[in-house]
Amino acid sequence: MSDRHPLFKPLVFVGGIVFGLGLGFSHMARPEVVLNFLQFDDLGLPFVMFGAAIVSGIAFAVMPRLLDRAPLTGDPYERRLKPFDRNVLIGGAVFGVGWGISGICPGAAYASLGTGNITILWALAGMFLGAYAQGYWRSRRQRRDTAATGAD
Amino acid sequence: MVADPVLLQAAADLFPNGISRYAVGGLLVGLGTVLIYIGTGIPAGASTFLESTLSYVSDQSRFQQYVGSRDWRLVFTAGIVLGGLLFAATFQSGLVTSSLYEPGTTGQLYEVAGVTLWATDVQPWRLFVGGVLVGVGTRVGKGCTSGHGVCGVGSASKTSLVGVATFLTVAIGTAQVVAALGVSP
Repeated sequence: MSDRHPLFKPLVFVGGIVFGLGLGFSHMARPEVVLNFLQFDDLGLPFVMFGAAIVSGIAFAVMPRLLDRAPLTGDPYERRLKPFDRNVLIGGAVFGVGWGISGICPGAAYASLGTGNITILWALAGMFLGAYAQGYWRSRRQRRDTAATGAD
Repeated sequence: MVADPVLLQAAADLFPNGISRYAVGGLLVGLGTVLIYIGTGIPAGASTFLESTLSYVSDQSRFQQYVGSRDWRLVFTAGIVLGGLLFAATFQSGLVTSSLYEPGTTGQLYEVAGVTLWATDVQPWRLFVGGVLVGVGTRVGKGCTSGHGVCGVGSASKTSLVGVATFLTVAIGTAQVVAALGVSP
């Protein structure tokens, strides 16, 4: 949006760099390491996700008490709460099969590209194709449902 | 206190690469998330980028809902890629060393202009087929390892906890079956 603070994107960029550095350092950006965890050969990987969740959780709990609004957007500090429905289970299961086959998830794939892993472009191409397929199908169904119920 | 050799052996079997690189990496992933959250109030996930970027080239309503965030999500992803490169130029290249970093033996290392880069041995068909399912599943399921796993779990969101339990369980089962079928790497 045009009324955003000039430091908005630079901060997002720096945050992304630290995020990607962590995915590289932890080796979560390496599909082999994720697969070794899923096959129970190396149980260290949960320290990445849950470690990051704890650090984030502290900020999510503390920031609303310190400030009313975020300085660069004016938005209130809220937790990430999404409504539960069947899609969380269906999507989670499909994601799980994909993660189990490939050993790579979206953020780790971006970082993996940065570590020099050109081969990961196969996974990124797949992710865009999958995201497009579900978006195409759900957009079409939404149009059909709107047309079926008629305009107000 | 004298460490029990049996316990030490068990720990070495379960954690052949130790835990410090995982814990430090997780700390950095969390720190990146927190930096963005403190400045903007946004708990950023990585998979929305897939749909928000498609809004540049597709008019589908599912993608157009992300027009307002597509620019900064592109910046976020560019940062993640650059963070991976920063890791390659420092720890992976051996320019910076730390007792907390365990280099491991996975994949192939190669050099370009003095920077040690890395490439996976996992077969392209696995990356592509798995990638398609990751693209569908994360978007239908409302989040990925960072959106649900880091931000959602950090928010103690019941939806995210159920989402993480679902994809983690299914991923473990899938990887075990794929390995049992003799597919490697």
